[in-house]
Amino acid sequence: MQLAAAVFLIVCIIVLPNSGISAVHGDEETNVVLQNVAETNFTVGNTSTSGSQHTSLHLSKMQWDYVQEPFIITGFVIVAAILKIGFHHTEHLSTVVPESCLLIILGVIVGGILFASGAAKIFPSFQSRTFFLFLLPPIMLESAFSLHDRVFADNFGTVLVYAVLGTLINTFTVGPTLYGLSLIGWLGDLEISFLVCLVFSALIAAVDPVAVLAIFQELGVNNVLYFLVFGESLLNDAVTVVVYNMMVSFVEMEHISGTQILLGVASFFVVSLGGVVIGLVLGITTAIITKYTENTRVVEPLVVFSMAYFSYLFAELWHFSGIISIITCGLIQAQYVEANISFKSHTTIKYFGKMLSGTCEAVIFMFLGLNIVHDQHDWHTGFIVWSLILCFVFRFIVVFVLTFFANSIERQRKITLEEMFIMGYGGLRGAVCFSLAAMLHPSLEHRNMLNTTTITVILSTVFIQGISVKPLVRFLRIRLKSEKVLSIVEELNDTVLDHVMAGVEEITGQRGSYFIREFLGYYDHKYLRKWLQREPQNKNAHLMAIYDKIALKQHFAHLSGSKAAAEFEIIGSMAVSMNSVDQEVELEILAELGQVEPPSFQNDAAR
Amino acid sequence: MGNKSSLMLQEEEVAAILDETGFSAAQIVRLYSRFTSLDKGDNGVLCREDFLRIPELAINPLGDRIVHAFFQESQDDTVNFRQFMRVLARFRPLSKVKDNKLNSKHEKLKFAFRMYDLDEDNKINRSELLAVLHMMVGTNISEEQLGSIADRTITEADTDGDSMISFEEFCKAVDRLDVDQKMSIRFLN
Repeated sequence: MQLAAAVFLIVCIIVLPNSGISAVHGDEETNVVLQNVAETNFTVGNTSTSGSQHTSLHLSKMQWDYVQEPFIITGFVIVAAILKIGFHHTEHLSTVVPESCLLIILGVIVGGILFASGAAKIFPSFQSRTFFLFLLPPIMLESAFSLHDRVFADNFGTVLVYAVLGTLINTFTVGPTLYGLSLIGWLGDLEISFLVCLVFSALIAAVDPVAVLAIFQELGVNNVLYFLVFGESLLNDAVTVVVYNMMVSFVEMEHISGTQILLGVASFFVVSLGGVVIGLVLGITTAIITKYTENTRVVEPLVVFSMAYFSYLFAELWHFSGIISIITCGLIQAQYVEANISFKSHTTIKYFGKMLSGTCEAVIFMFLGLNIVHDQHDWHTGFIVWSLILCFVFRFIVVFVLTFFANSIERQRKITLEEMFIMGYGGLRGAVCFSLAAMLHPSLEHRNMLNTTTITVILSTVFIQGISVKPLVRFLRIRLKSEKVLSIVEELNDTVLDHVMAGVEEITGQRGSYFIREFLGYYDHKYLRKWLQREPQNKNAHLMAIYDKIALKQHFAHLSGSKAAAEFEIIGSMAVSMNSVDQEVELEILAELGQVEPPSFQNDAAR
Repeated sequence: MGNKSSLMLQEEEVAAILDETGFSAAQIVRLYSRFTSLDKGDNGVLCREDFLRIPELAINPLGDRIVHAFFQESQDDTVNFRQFMRVLARFRPLSKVKDNKLNSKHEKLKFAFRMYDLDEDNKINRSELLAVLHMMVGTNISEEQLGSIADRTITEADTDGDSMISFEEFCKAVDRLDVDQKMSIRFLN
């Protein structure tokens, strides 16, 4: 019921203003093509032709061209929000089908309606630029904050192996295989050049962070598996950017010399390290700025978001990896800035970030659905089928081989066979591939076929793999995310053991991950925290935080019963992730639980 | 590996250590060269100063206690290679195939327990816990707060109500931490 209402709403928004206007053949590049509307007056009670004078005042006048862009965008966002609510009320459906699939379906339906009614050109076309500059960064920042986790740090090496080596191997196996297939005639009479195959495999090989996030978050698998897949999807951006650009440039070049290839390899390092450096610098700057914001707390969320976004843009300016830059910046911010900002700012950042990223995610999937419906498809069954098979098969092979090496060489916590399977199966493609395909120059041979193939691959992975991965996880009995139980004994021991292992590593002369942790932790505490934080956090802030949480929980249980203590877990636990809980915060928590009057606004202004 | 080392490490000794600890011959040789590089006095045994000379051990808050754990078995204040290896054997990854007396979950946990229990009475009392907390948390925390944390820790772990944590209570409390995985080093060949 809600779905039908939502579809009706969006159709009304789009179709109504355009009734009576002839189909506009606009330029693909312009955002919204409504040139002719400006010339037609849509007045009430007046049938004047364009150009003639008005003879009376009008009670109301339709000013579509004045509001069109923000109107459509906001309409879109509202529809996305309504849909999100609607999906979670359809109990059975939302547990079986992931939200992303439903959004794509809806996008396709609306796109179909628009296309059929001829109003398609009026709607904003999926601009790769819009995607990369506006829709992707909020999601990446949100992910960066969630990556600030010990489990991710412990598995960072393995993640890098997947992200860099895995993606490279995927690219250079799928492409050449497709080319080989075309040579021996298994792709019908398709004639495609080697480089074009490589361009295609460059853009299709990379696992997509938005799709993976959408699916894996709902799965609830154990932390290690989650961070492995998710981390890989985030960090493979550098490889994708470099290889894609390289291949696209090579297609245009007459002769590809060895130096060009070497430059390509070098550019990989430049792109990724450049991104890291920019993120580092801007993250540290944010920390230093927030050191002085005690009296201007309002500025804090602003600074955090704008610096992170700026790091993305600045990296993109120099053609570095914006994703890596914003992730690095977000990680630094999560590490150092959190101690400098107030509780309120922390809440703001947390929820505003979630809101932004959730909205962008929904908009991305809807846009994807919408832009699938057009008449420039070039369907080549052989190419599509083989692409699907090769992407799927090669991903599994690469995951298994790389994991085998990681397990035997380095890892203590081995990755099980079932987890490897889910990792291979969870290699979803999504909007990033789509945007890269859309950016292909029209003059590139087989451009439309590549686009169609990309879309088909994306849809197959998101729908088929996205829907079936949940039952598979249950079937393979994958270890799920465990309940977090607050225990100070465990936390203390964990810390003690960290130090013990670092010491033993030192004595044996074998410097492993514990040593690195110890080393970095020491210099972090000694220098970085003093420079970047107003009140440097304790050596083991985490230990103190756990203790604070436990103590407060007892406190509230004592005050108002165990129900309040349970609620506290949700509300107050945020407070203790900061340095310490002060009176201001305690009052806020009590106010939330309905115990006391909320602190008045006047007091806050003085802070 | 100079002439000295190969002279001092006999075949039989290697075989004996191999049997006792489960290390491979190559690992034993490698660790022997580390042993000799630490042995500045050049007398075939290590004393406390030799350990404490390791620079990074100085930044480790538990450095002293870890070193002390190596001297547990020896009568005089020195550690020979055999004893050195016996202690390190505890940190080998647990193998499901070969059971080893020195390398078991029990032994690993005992090593961890010794980090707290300085007076070796097989129980961790409040003051020992406070000492460890001091080292972990640093100097900004007040005595009172540390005291509450110590009390809280004991309450959580103490099942028999004697206000001290015995080894069994300790093992039970850290059961969920996957100690075997955490306290394992992959020794290079």
